[in-house]
Amino acid sequence: MIVRKGERVLVQGLTGKQGTFWSERMMEYGTDIMGGVNPRKAGTEHIGLPVYATAKDAMADKGFEVAVMFIPPLGAKAAALDAIDAGVKKIVCLTEHIPVQDVMYFLAAADEAGCQVIGPNTTGVVTTGESFVGFMPAFNQRIMRPGRIGVISRSGSLGTFICMKVVEAGMGTSAFIGIGGDPIIGTTTLAALQQLDADEGTDGIVIVGEIGGTMEEEAAEYAAAMKKPMVSFIAGAASPEGKKMGHAGAIVVGDKGTYASKKSAFEAAGVAVMDSPSQAGDLMRERMA
Amino acid sequence: MDFEEYAAKPLLVAAGIAVPESGLASTASDAAAQAARIGPCVVKAQVPTGKRGKAGGIKLANSPEEAEAAAGRILGMTIGVHTVEKVLVEAQADIAAEYYAAVMTDQASKGPLVMFSTEGGMDIEEVAADHPDKIVRMAVDIRAGVTADALVAMLAPLGLGDRAAPVADMLAKLYQVYAENDGELVEVNPLVVTGGGDLIALDCKFTLEDSGAVRQPELREKAAAERLTDLEARAAKSGLKYIDLDGSVGILANGAGLTMTTMDMVRFYGGAPANFLEIGGEAYTLGKPALELVMANPKIKSLLVNFCGAFARTDVMAEGIVAAWEELKPDLPVFFSIHGTGEEEAIALVRDRLGMEPYDKMDEAVIAAVEAAK
Repeated sequence: MIVRKGERVLVQGLTGKQGTFWSERMMEYGTDIMGGVNPRKAGTEHIGLPVYATAKDAMADKGFEVAVMFIPPLGAKAAALDAIDAGVKKIVCLTEHIPVQDVMYFLAAADEAGCQVIGPNTTGVVTTGESFVGFMPAFNQRIMRPGRIGVISRSGSLGTFICMKVVEAGMGTSAFIGIGGDPIIGTTTLAALQQLDADEGTDGIVIVGEIGGTMEEEAAEYAAAMKKPMVSFIAGAASPEGKKMGHAGAIVVGDKGTYASKKSAFEAAGVAVMDSPSQAGDLMRERMA
Repeated sequence: MDFEEYAAKPLLVAAGIAVPESGLASTASDAAAQAARIGPCVVKAQVPTGKRGKAGGIKLANSPEEAEAAAGRILGMTIGVHTVEKVLVEAQADIAAEYYAAVMTDQASKGPLVMFSTEGGMDIEEVAADHPDKIVRMAVDIRAGVTADALVAMLAPLGLGDRAAPVADMLAKLYQVYAENDGELVEVNPLVVTGGGDLIALDCKFTLEDSGAVRQPELREKAAAERLTDLEARAAKSGLKYIDLDGSVGILANGAGLTMTTMDMVRFYGGAPANFLEIGGEAYTLGKPALELVMANPKIKSLLVNFCGAFARTDVMAEGIVAAWEELKPDLPVFFSIHGTGEEEAIALVRDRLGMEPYDKMDEAVIAAVEAAK
């Protein structure tokens, strides 16, 4: 999956409050964090980890495979470019409210360098029982237990709820991929779906979509030819047109990005669309039988 | 953040794109004075929406008297959801041809998209449906920007002849407007070719991208005022994402996805949501202002509190709500569903201090809240 056990993770923004809190949670879970970046504290140690001035320095010193960004919006572009220049192959970008032109800039650079970006505005990724990167309650046994269901979500809160329903139904998750709530993101629903489809540890998939954009429709085309069972929930059926519903990407403009369009695309592809996210576990189990 | 035409056009001028001479007026007599200065003119309603012409918000005037009469009819008119408070009085143009030009953020290519059509002056979606061959598009690598050669090559299928070079030059300037101002959309429709062969932007739409707006402090001030209800404006000041809706079940949840879903569930179980109110993300400690907002909505008959903590800790959010509840003592039935990070502490808080039992199943909390609002 996106981050496997043994892959080393660099935390950009390690020394901040959230960077510190979640790095400790990640390490407890088994994520191999090799260090952090903060130019003002380079050369020091923080929660037992070396702090570097740049991602390039971290790469030259010990090397790493994944960068996770606990970075404020206006610093995100520089941090991402630093990690890409260092040669990282995966970036998990948690930051919300990054100017979209900055996002497009570093996504273009990442694409050229063959680096996968997850997010921005994601809650992170989990390979259950192995590693998690970001801020997910992966360590909460009521929410995530090792299993064979992959979950893709634009939303952290709702994705968490879905994972809990999978566990309640007596199954577990192979992976959680939080793709993020922004309109322009590195790993789309389709890209995440292709990864889970190819993953040997995943037997079934839950897609948690929401109104806005056309990512669900694109994923539906691919899903039509998939063998792994799949169910979905789409948030925003009761949302008014023309309003950004919390996420910058969750907006219906005229007849674009509607719940109806996404639901019919999934149903045409043979993917069940749930009325309530509470059905996720039972419905998935039914489809797996 | 959308800009009205009069606020968007100076961005074009700064990049070297020609616009007609114009003046802003907020009364009919101001409009007459502008027309006396400008000559034959067009009086245009200034509202941040399209379809102004179809709504009767754009009128030709050949004298100050006609401009005064036109402005008198347009000012105060309602277009879409907007009331017209200003008109732009603009010199009439000598029109040989009308084009369409735009630069916009494109989700599909994850970059800027330049779009041009020889069928200007009409709705671009209609052109796309009826004359797809009359539209050209080019995805741009934002790191490199646009070049004259690439733009000329993009225009080639349209057979513009001698006009291709000046159009490409204008598009390069339009791209500059987009790139330098954190644009999400900059659109000129129509872009007019005059009898003398000059290119003039007769209209302009500009949208400042919301997250980029923080580093455009001067520009941001010029955006059209966002239409907010009193409660929405109050929420924005507290840093909360709140949207007023028509129903009677108040909603307080964390995270955009779960908050939307809570609304969906209320509707699915036969109720109607009164609001969208998200206290997740950075706002997860704002329990008290959140509860005050909900209570200030007179339509609310029950309240549904739905937390599922990932980043946001449910115990911190619940502490905020419980403390606010103890202080404000609302006369309102409330229903809790709490899951995720910090759930045990959060549930204990609600149980011990409010004497209420959170629902273990979200759907049951929703059904109870819907019933209580009937």
